[in-house]
Amino acid sequence: MNAITQDRSDTLAPFGTRLDGVTDPVRKAATGALHRSGLPDRRVEEWRYTSLRFLAETPLAAPADVYDVAQIQAQLEELGLTDGPLADLPRLVFVNGRYAEAFSVLPAEVDVSLFAKTQTFGPLSCPDRDPLTALNTALAADGAQVRVPAGKKGGDVLLVSLGQTDASVSFHPRHSVTLEDGADLTLISIQAGRGRYLHNPVLEVSVGAEANLRHITLQTEGKEAACLATTYAQVAERGTYNSFVLGLGGVLSRQEIHARLAAPFATVHVNGAQMLGGRQIGDVTSVITHAAPDCISRQTVRNVLDGHARGVFQGKVYVDRVAQKTDGYQMNQALLLSENAEIDAKPELEIYADDVKCSHGATVGALDDDQLFYLRSRGVPEAEARQILIHAFLDEALGLIEDDVARTVCTQMLARSFPVAGENA
Amino acid sequence: MAAGGVSHLAENGRAKWAKVSHPPIDYQDLHYYAAPKKKPGPKSLEEVDPELLRTYEKLGIPLHEQAMLAGVELPEGETSRPPMAVDAVFDSVSVVTTFRKTLEEAGVIFCPISEAVRDHPELVRQYLGSVVPVGDNFYAALNSAVFTDGSFVFVPKGVRCPMELSTYFRINAKNTGQFERTLIVVEDGASVSYLEGCTAPMRDENQLHAAVVELVAMEDASIKYSTVQNWYPGDENGRGGIYNFVTKRGACRGARSKISWTQVETGSAITWKYPSCILQGEGSVGEFYSVAVTNNHQQADTGTKMIHIGRNTRSTIIAKTISAGQSDSTYRGLVRVLPKASGARNFTQCDSLLIGDQCGAHTVPYIENRNMGARIEHEATTSKISEDQLFYCRQRGLSEEDAVGLIVNGFCRDVLKELPMEFAVEAQKLLQISLEGSVG
Repeated sequence: MNAITQDRSDTLAPFGTRLDGVTDPVRKAATGALHRSGLPDRRVEEWRYTSLRFLAETPLAAPADVYDVAQIQAQLEELGLTDGPLADLPRLVFVNGRYAEAFSVLPAEVDVSLFAKTQTFGPLSCPDRDPLTALNTALAADGAQVRVPAGKKGGDVLLVSLGQTDASVSFHPRHSVTLEDGADLTLISIQAGRGRYLHNPVLEVSVGAEANLRHITLQTEGKEAACLATTYAQVAERGTYNSFVLGLGGVLSRQEIHARLAAPFATVHVNGAQMLGGRQIGDVTSVITHAAPDCISRQTVRNVLDGHARGVFQGKVYVDRVAQKTDGYQMNQALLLSENAEIDAKPELEIYADDVKCSHGATVGALDDDQLFYLRSRGVPEAEARQILIHAFLDEALGLIEDDVARTVCTQMLARSFPVAGENA
Repeated sequence: MAAGGVSHLAENGRAKWAKVSHPPIDYQDLHYYAAPKKKPGPKSLEEVDPELLRTYEKLGIPLHEQAMLAGVELPEGETSRPPMAVDAVFDSVSVVTTFRKTLEEAGVIFCPISEAVRDHPELVRQYLGSVVPVGDNFYAALNSAVFTDGSFVFVPKGVRCPMELSTYFRINAKNTGQFERTLIVVEDGASVSYLEGCTAPMRDENQLHAAVVELVAMEDASIKYSTVQNWYPGDENGRGGIYNFVTKRGACRGARSKISWTQVETGSAITWKYPSCILQGEGSVGEFYSVAVTNNHQQADTGTKMIHIGRNTRSTIIAKTISAGQSDSTYRGLVRVLPKASGARNFTQCDSLLIGDQCGAHTVPYIENRNMGARIEHEATTSKISEDQLFYCRQRGLSEEDAVGLIVNGFCRDVLKELPMEFAVEAQKLLQISLEGSVG
């Protein structure tokens, strides 16, 4: 029972002396909280299904300031950022957590500043409660701070994070996106890289009244990388935060979203899809808080798991006593393609208001034999038939992406990582 | 075993994940054993605690059934009562077991576990603690350390138990915890239906009930375990009431075995209970049907665990949760499919009904699947009693309270129909009593 109150700072050993000598009061408080809690292990209910043991294996240094420009250019090309539908979009590129001006193109209508200069933390994050946010708060070096002025349309903006390292490093970018009243923006986050690194971003999103943010995250981190990302979103009256996470990469990834419907008639969508193989672990965790009446939340998450991959879905919908007339819907579906794949799902409703409409559903299964038979009886080879069915399963989720460019890019990335399904054909 | 339990108590923390809150329990201050004051087996209804009879009266149970439920001994040769054997456990001590002769003829052993330890040590040794290990959780360890009595059932090969078996638990003495232990073993091809009823009189202080129930079903065996739990829930200000921290688990060891849990939970200040099935045998079946009602300041965190180990195992979970007053009710259920459980199938449905705007209803399913050939489905909804339904009933002359009762009974029908007839009637009435004062 003492485990909770013990000093668990030994779990922070991989970070060595990086957490020492912090002076800024916000960072100091976060470091203190982190030393008390340590990095969470699986006895912590929120981390029941995702182990961070991976992090404890090697020291994680601060990344070097220099990087190989040619390699970065190659990565950008590989991601389709130099050619195709994304080529012309404004972009903020970060390499190993630092802003890379040479690769960035600033957007019009949108104010951008850098965390490295402002050093200001937003009010939405909870470093006291969430150890990985505390870690970010303690070690954040840079990040994009994006603001769309009232009534402006910001168009599509790319937020690209690239890891590129030979040594084992960690970087902790601190981003924020603010939409003033009536503003509109599509933010496409791309997370990618090469080498062994921990990418630990925190993003604070504030959506003003009648503002509309579409946020698509394409996680295609390197094979040896870990991505532990946390997003805090707050939505004002009649505002909309529409997010989609496509998880493909990394040996360990967790996309944690805390969305708060703070005023009436606000809407939140937290959708996602994951396709994992090998020994990947992919975790989608969300907490949607209905803190005002008449709000709507929607969540659909689909997982396709092959090889020894493990998918995790934890989705909580919290309905406060004042949040009458809440309309909440949550759906989690998983497709297992291999004998060794695993899905762990924990959809959760916590409801304190009586006049609400809340439901959730979860299904888990293999490919439907009847559907396979149908296709095969029409001359489609088995491997192809399987691909068609997997595609159809994920396509329904991708259809929830409201932005055309983002949807096209996600579909392309998904198609590229497809051969994964052949293993058990 | 007791020593093992004590050593585990020292090591194990109490579970942190349950959504319940209560002041810390002083385990040193509890009375772990209180011999019942009454002489075993009241001879007639006049000797039964009048308070208990009043509850029965409210429930509308016919006199002869009251006598039976209260554990009144049956004069030899009487046949007018429906056949049902009863074991009454008062304050952890088994006071009476009826119908023993009839059961013995069929080869069924039904006796207090204290007697079973004496008369059938080989059976007890083989099975006790084999489903719920001593150190399973804090309260199971506590029970293993201090339990004094409980019921023991053994149904030998191929025997269909000729009547329903029933245990009636009651906490009578002040300051007492109840720590009974139930063990039911059903051999190949045999079957039994077992009912459990619980009550406790009103007390100001909180009392602890930490029972352990173990079920073992061998090949083609079937066990149906029904509970109507009506421990004292505390008064409308949340004072007093029973802490019901119970570990119930069944092992489907043989192929095609079946364990079915049905529970109607209306009482207790706090309920913390997850009747579970370990589905080992190929094609074994686990079922869980639950109605949990909380009112005033009651808290319930209840659900089930279905562990699919064998091939083609199936489980069904139907949980209905009703919250009223300022109560909090949580469904927490685990469905785990292990790699060898090809063809495993689970269906889960959880529905919550909120009555009033000061209560909470929560649903927390855990789904862990490690087999691609398994199919798991989960559905949950939360709603309130619709104005339309209420209006319809009121228009036809029902009082508001009767209308709510009717609607609630309809909401719970899927579960209530799983109960044996006599219990179903009682359970319906209990629902209505528990919701008294929650509307209007």
